[in-house]
Amino acid sequence: MKYTTLAAISSLALSVATAGHAEPQAEVLHWWTSGGEAKAVGVLQEEFAENGGTWTDMPVAGGGGDAAMTALRARVLSGNAPTAVQLKGPAIQEWYEEGVLADISSVAEAEGWADVLPASIAAHMKCEDTWCASPVNVHRVDWIWANAEVLEANGIEMPTTWDEFNAAAEKLQEAGVIPLAHGGQAWQDATVFETVVLGLGGPEFFQKALVDLDPEALTSDTMKASFDQMRTLRGYVDDNFSGRDWNLATAMVMNGEAAFQIMGDWAKGEFLAAGKVPGEDFLCASTPGDGYLYNVDSFAMFNVDGDDKKAGQDLLAKLIVGPNFQKVFNMNKGSIPVRTDVSLDEFDMCAQKSSEDMTAASDSGALLPSYAHGMALRGAQAGAITDVVTAHFNSDMSSDEAVQMLADAVANSM
Amino acid sequence: MAKWFETHLPKIVLAPSFIAILIFVYGFIAWTAWVSLTRSRLLPKYQIEGFIQYERLFDSPRWDTAMNNLYIFGGLFIGVSMILGLILAILLDQQIRVEGAIRTIYLYPMALSMIVTGTAWKWILNPGLGLEAMVKGWGYENFTFDWLVNPDMAIYTVVLAAIWQSSGFVMALFLAGLRSVDTEIIRAAQIDGIPTWRVYVSIIIPSMAPIFLSAFIVLAHLAIKAFDLVIALTGGGPGYATDLPATYMYAMAFSRGDIGQAAASAMIMMLVVFAIVVPYLYSELRARND
Repeated sequence: MKYTTLAAISSLALSVATAGHAEPQAEVLHWWTSGGEAKAVGVLQEEFAENGGTWTDMPVAGGGGDAAMTALRARVLSGNAPTAVQLKGPAIQEWYEEGVLADISSVAEAEGWADVLPASIAAHMKCEDTWCASPVNVHRVDWIWANAEVLEANGIEMPTTWDEFNAAAEKLQEAGVIPLAHGGQAWQDATVFETVVLGLGGPEFFQKALVDLDPEALTSDTMKASFDQMRTLRGYVDDNFSGRDWNLATAMVMNGEAAFQIMGDWAKGEFLAAGKVPGEDFLCASTPGDGYLYNVDSFAMFNVDGDDKKAGQDLLAKLIVGPNFQKVFNMNKGSIPVRTDVSLDEFDMCAQKSSEDMTAASDSGALLPSYAHGMALRGAQAGAITDVVTAHFNSDMSSDEAVQMLADAVANSM
Repeated sequence: MAKWFETHLPKIVLAPSFIAILIFVYGFIAWTAWVSLTRSRLLPKYQIEGFIQYERLFDSPRWDTAMNNLYIFGGLFIGVSMILGLILAILLDQQIRVEGAIRTIYLYPMALSMIVTGTAWKWILNPGLGLEAMVKGWGYENFTFDWLVNPDMAIYTVVLAAIWQSSGFVMALFLAGLRSVDTEIIRAAQIDGIPTWRVYVSIIIPSMAPIFLSAFIVLAHLAIKAFDLVIALTGGGPGYATDLPATYMYAMAFSRGDIGQAAASAMIMMLVVFAIVVPYLYSELRARND
């Protein structure tokens, strides 16, 4: 009650101040509630307020966004959608098909988004021909992290092919070090799997198999080889990996218990938070093979009534892609700016490498969406693949059986 | 007027809850049945498409695993809890000292929520932290107890934790049943020199049949709706080896945006409940009519 009165008074005061001009309003649904993430959202909130807007925060934590999606569904069904919602990848298109997304093309064109965003990422932000979402950051998924000291002690270089990785792992195992720190959760199994597919099959095969879901690619020998490699990797993981959280696996690399971890660049945040220095204490490299798997967070804009809310939407979209926010936010979050024209001087070497690789991959057509993080496929299809990957990794299923199951599961999920 | 009020008061008082149950239980069952016949994805759609969702459901290996797990979990959980509960109750019924204290000790696990039980057992069974690590620490290097991370055995850890939680409760039910058996009959049997085990097998246990039925119904619905224990103990893993129908439904509805599939699995779960409850209701109603 107190808050609504306060809000009413302050909005009244502001509307008097801006006399007749619609006061930008934004209600933002997101699930960035943990330390670094909450701080990153705070940056946007401040900037929004500085530009005369009123931000209504609607954080819904829990279940990696599941809880927020449930809240969103309830809001949309009751005809009262939030102004902007943290959504990504094909989920944007799914909501667009329900007919509830707004058009922010005027902002996108005025700000020249098409010129500063990599083409394949921009495609996610478009619903047919109009812009309907604004991208926040780029997380690279196909990173391999290593403990520098352990590698040096065992005379190992960062591997550039999976065979090199396997050789290094054998050597580490003999020396009594766990080669690969891994957490046995379905999404982590999927993360490793997609980097293996990318590494063994190359970008074109990845596109065919895990984006276009071509049945031939799914049952091909390359896919079998990928499952073989997963089986090999299973041997490099300690026995106690089941259900382990990813940050505990990162801690194993940090304290030298394990040598490598395959994880997106949010793992870097854990290293940095522990005071480790990239290049000295820990090493970052792309997983063996070519290509770049991205995981782009974005805000989708929903249909809302009222000029104040529409003004808020436009302002929000403009600020999110603005160079200042891109820089400050991503320094806090550990990701890199989605704009290619932001200076990366203040970022660490891993982020700089990520950005260079992104530009190069974008030019060569190897910039690909991550399937494990919901960028490439819709929920049902991605889930069906993950079921097979995790069932294979956690049993003694043969690769032949796995590819057959994969093709069946994908067909069944359509 | 007063008389009218007197005869209709019970109906008036019951009406709101009756209407609420009609809408929120039976209404939503009907709604779920409808949605299970559509191609609903992210949001519910109402265009009926036939049994496509059920076909997809029965083609899904993950659903097979979930149903198999339900049979393993349900069968072992109900069976072992009842046997263990009965044995504990009979042992407690021997006029022992401090019975009240012992009864409380056995009953206490029931006071914990499944989440707490699951988390505690997760740590106990974790090979690197719990039992296995402890016994290895005592010098038995070859000891392994890795059920929690072994896909073939993980479902039995769920059974173990659930039995630990519920057998004390079953014991309390049976103890009340044992106490309600007519002592005259037991005395008469003892005078006739019939051995104690025979008294239990032939007199006491058969006269407790209604208690068995109640215990079975309570345990069966706990088994079918089991969700929190699996989430806390194994998270459905390794892989999806410990998935149950309830966790499958949750994954489809809330993580995967596949509402039609979730509705179909919910309907199947309801049919399983019916298969258990309808014979029970039938026998109850028939007994009353006799």
